[in-house]
Amino acid sequence: MVNWFSRFITSSIGQKIIMSLTGLFLITFLLVHLIGNLQLMSSDGGQSFNEYAYFMTHNPLIKTVSYGLYAFILLHAIQGIVLWRRNSSARGSVGYAVKKDRVAGDNSRVSSVYMGALGTVILIFILIHMYQFWLQMKLGNTEMITYGDGEPVKDLYTLVSAAYDNVLFVVFYVVSMIFIAFHLWHGFQSAFQTLGLNHPKWTPLIKTVGKIYSVAVPVGFAAIPIYMHFFQ
Amino acid sequence: MDNMTLTLKLWRQKNANSKGAFETHTLAGVSEHMSFLEMLDVLNEQIINEGKEPFAFEHDCREGICGTCSLMINGYAHGPQQGTTTCQLHMRHFNDGDTVTIEPWRSQAFPVVKDLVVNRDAFDRIIQAGGYVSINTGQAQDGNAIAIEKEQAAGAFDAATCIGCGACVAACPNASAMLFTAAKVSHLAQLPQGEVEAAKRAQKMVAQHDQEGFGRCSNITACEAECPKGISVAHIARLNREYISASLGSETQVN
Repeated sequence: MVNWFSRFITSSIGQKIIMSLTGLFLITFLLVHLIGNLQLMSSDGGQSFNEYAYFMTHNPLIKTVSYGLYAFILLHAIQGIVLWRRNSSARGSVGYAVKKDRVAGDNSRVSSVYMGALGTVILIFILIHMYQFWLQMKLGNTEMITYGDGEPVKDLYTLVSAAYDNVLFVVFYVVSMIFIAFHLWHGFQSAFQTLGLNHPKWTPLIKTVGKIYSVAVPVGFAAIPIYMHFFQ
Repeated sequence: MDNMTLTLKLWRQKNANSKGAFETHTLAGVSEHMSFLEMLDVLNEQIINEGKEPFAFEHDCREGICGTCSLMINGYAHGPQQGTTTCQLHMRHFNDGDTVTIEPWRSQAFPVVKDLVVNRDAFDRIIQAGGYVSINTGQAQDGNAIAIEKEQAAGAFDAATCIGCGACVAACPNASAMLFTAAKVSHLAQLPQGEVEAAKRAQKMVAQHDQEGFGRCSNITACEAECPKGISVAHIARLNREYISASLGSETQVN
């Protein structure tokens, strides 16, 4: 059925709005994910992290949001692939022999032009990351540990810690964060532009916050495997 | 300097259905005072004298205001000089011995007609879809009957400087015509005369843009960088606002 809403959401702007809204959700998720994971660096043998992980996997509200998260990651990836294919066919069958990509203002050429490629690498990273930790946790391939009088909880800390003993995984996670930083560098401000939120008073602030965010969050994530490998 | 010698690589294509290829020519005696199109005129004269077929390229006013000229020069739409059309690009920006690659705009929606000429009718159809205001003609209205704030009039003017040359599409890695469509929508949306049909206009012009096979904007801003009129991507944000409110908020539905 073709109605006003499906016309809107499948239009070029509608498709970009899907990218924008799911992207903003994932941007917010990254911060929450980072704050929780920073507990991996506490020197309590993993108690606070394991109890936090138990809470996050048992609280009904957070469980509901997590299903939304899986859906939004998929939607963002699928819509991105659809747009990428659409845009390559719009370029035509004959390409330029010489093409220089020049961008306006302070926009980043590398992160804006290669958004799709960066996203593809990040998708592969997410699959590996989820297989390594999330799936092992879901399948119950983790030891149980009991703190004090509490319920036995899954010892995710040991799972993570064992992974980061391997320097190759440390390198893998740190390099992946560089891709995420480049993806965020364009994505953060681009999400606002797509929603039409371009304003002489607010846009400079959005761009500044975006730049700080896209460096600070990946650096925070990268710090965890480095710290755990060398100091724990 | 009056005697630059250039190696020119130009796209040669018989018609839309044939396969094109580059042809290389050496042109001597190029003056720095020539415009890029005058240089091509001299090249064509040389080619005609050799008894061959000259290159087809589009041009009209040669003053940078009509939007007819359209060449990809060394990978840049309208050449490396920013804020100018091909006709206003002068040979003093090139050096003796340079190799210059000249290609037509490339996009699914802009098929090559011949050599360096592409068909830009898709832009006309986007305009026909809603890039106008419907007014009953008659007695000319009093000049200051409708008050418009200075900044708003200036904003509309900024958008109205779009000459529809297609450099935005040519430069965009996604071959999107969002800057063109946005300039036309933004121009009229900022004026009281345009507000009347705003909801219909945004929806119809975006629908036509999509139907023509242009790509989807991903805010790379290559369009703004190559636009000979320097039209800002802020107009794309305004188009998006117009489109969102017209599609979701207004009662106007278009088919």
